[in-house]
Amino acid sequence: MLLISCPNCGSRDETEFHYGGQAHVAYPENPNELNDREWAEFLFYRDNTKGAFAERWLHSTGCRQWFNMLRDTVTYEIHAIYPMGAPRPDAAAPARESGTASLAADSTTTGTAAPSTATTSIAASTSSASITAPEGATK
Amino acid sequence: MMADQLPEHPDFLWRNPEPKSSYDAVIVGGGGHGLATAYFLAKNHGMTNIAVLEKGWLAGGNMARNTTIIRSNYLWDESAAIYEHALKLWEVLPEQLEYDFLFSQRGVMNLAHTLGDVRESMRRVGANKLNGVDAEWLDPQQVKELCPILNINDNIRYPVMGATYQPRAGIAKHDHVAWAFARKCDELGVDIIQNCEVTGFIKDGNRVTGVKTNRGTINTEKVGLCAAGHSSVLAEMAGFRLPIQSHPLQALVSELHEPVHPTVVMSNHVHVYVSQAHKGELVMGAGVDSYNGYGQRGSFHVIEHQMAAAVELFPIFARAHVLRTWGGIVDTTLDASPIVGTTPVDNMFVNCGWGTGGFKGTPAAGLTFAHTIATGTPHELNKPFALERFETGALIDEHGAAAVAH
Ligand SMILES: Cc1cc2nc3c(=O)[nH]c(=O)nc-3n(C[C@H](O)[C@H](O)[C@H](O)COP(=O)(O)OP(=O)(O)OC[C@H]3O[C@@H](n4cnc5c(N)ncnc54)[C@H](O)[C@@H]3O)c2cc1C
Ligand SMILES: [Zn+2]
Repeated sequence: MLLISCPNCGSRDETEFHYGGQAHVAYPENPNELNDREWAEFLFYRDNTKGAFAERWLHSTGCRQWFNMLRDTVTYEIHAIYPMGAPRPDAAAPARESGTASLAADSTTTGTAAPSTATTSIAASTSSASITAPEGATK
Repeated sequence: MMADQLPEHPDFLWRNPEPKSSYDAVIVGGGGHGLATAYFLAKNHGMTNIAVLEKGWLAGGNMARNTTIIRSNYLWDESAAIYEHALKLWEVLPEQLEYDFLFSQRGVMNLAHTLGDVRESMRRVGANKLNGVDAEWLDPQQVKELCPILNINDNIRYPVMGATYQPRAGIAKHDHVAWAFARKCDELGVDIIQNCEVTGFIKDGNRVTGVKTNRGTINTEKVGLCAAGHSSVLAEMAGFRLPIQSHPLQALVSELHEPVHPTVVMSNHVHVYVSQAHKGELVMGAGVDSYNGYGQRGSFHVIEHQMAAAVELFPIFARAHVLRTWGGIVDTTLDASPIVGTTPVDNMFVNCGWGTGGFKGTPAAGLTFAHTIATGTPHELNKPFALERFETGALIDEHGAAAVAH
């Protein structure tokens, strides 16, 4: 079981939370312009990273607020917890910007690979990223 | 049935050859699906210059971690067709493979605990019958007659309101299944190569021409991916994406008991499934961990949840001890149906997404996937399970309908 540090409530058992899948998947900016392939990408395709993975969690039986988490899907170590809308802590490389979906930095709607998550960049981010989210973490 | 004599452990079942520099086809993953695919490639399509590459030991993945339940009582036509074909193969395979893997057709019950469950279950019984799948609806008394240790009192939280029953369903010894396929593959000339991890692919334009492994590069004309749990990792190496999420799924066994549990009982609603292994262990499975994970272990609270359900349904289990728990990594899709077919890369094929229920599909997965690899076109039975369905919207949504929570 994971021990998750909710930005509002502090450390709680995983059973209090609800998993929300990959973080930073923006709703298409121009939905009318998406073709079937792009809709499929938006609806059904998510990264399935082996290693550091940015994902959304909801503290469903606590403050009921969403937040993002950077977690290793192999060791289950939690590297960082950060607010919705904030960039991924180790996201040095810009997200892919192809297609008609949102060009916002955190869009992964039409991409084919996660931002670089080389071991070195994670190690670097672990030390700098705060475990609790900054103020105004949950909106 | 139970307490059957296990077959003698054979001395050796397959060679351990060095990888050759090239093959006509390479199958990635030495689980049940990879082995069955290689077997049918050799047997039905005469392709014998082929290799199965396994990064660990043969059948060390989900193949030897599953709870071995075999049934074909799926709701949708496409699923009923492929799983029923698998069940028919299970019925003849021990003879065909000349190896007894103790396929025991002791029947499977899927319990209903709410009025909604009852209606859904009766609908599924009707659908099964229309598809030629054996299915019956049992009232609580009939449930009790078939499985006397089940608690059918109506004063529990989720009383048993009835069950669907498939008499031809059952369990098999999964490691023996793998060995049976491996032994025949070997006889037919297939190279089974363990400790050989695929680390990349070689492409000529959009066509795959080889695989990179920790034991060198192997040229090949065709690649079939059968790497449950790691399908999307391999796809990413090959340059395409799969609509797959990998989740930990765990199971557990008790110590050995006298025969007490004559059938297989599954409950979607309270989420536990139980059978008694040939030797006597109570075998129990539960749900997946909610989050993505590649660790072959699961969360304790999932076990707690599953045990609470089991003890309410089977009060005598309160005295049993858990002997061992373990986990696998299952590759799930959003419509809870597998993906079998071609990929965006030429000459590369994928068989994945069987999620929590692919053991039962092993023979049909192998048969249809071998057809696709050999001919480059879908088999009638795997056609509906193509990757394109996520684009066309023709999803085969077995969530809940399949009588198991995913
Ligand atoms: C706890 C649990 C209970 C289950 N219960 C049931 C059940 O009761 N009934 C049912 O029908 N199904 C069940 N399943 C699901 C079933 O086990 C799977 O759907 C099925 O085994 C998947 O196919 P496979 O046998 O080929 O997979 P696996 O045995 O997992 O084979 C995949 C293989 O690929 C290898 N591999 C991965 N990456 C690489 C690489 N880069 N290079 C080389 N090799 C690689 C792995 O090591 C592995 O051996 C259960 C699963 C689990 C985990
Ligand atoms: Zn909270």
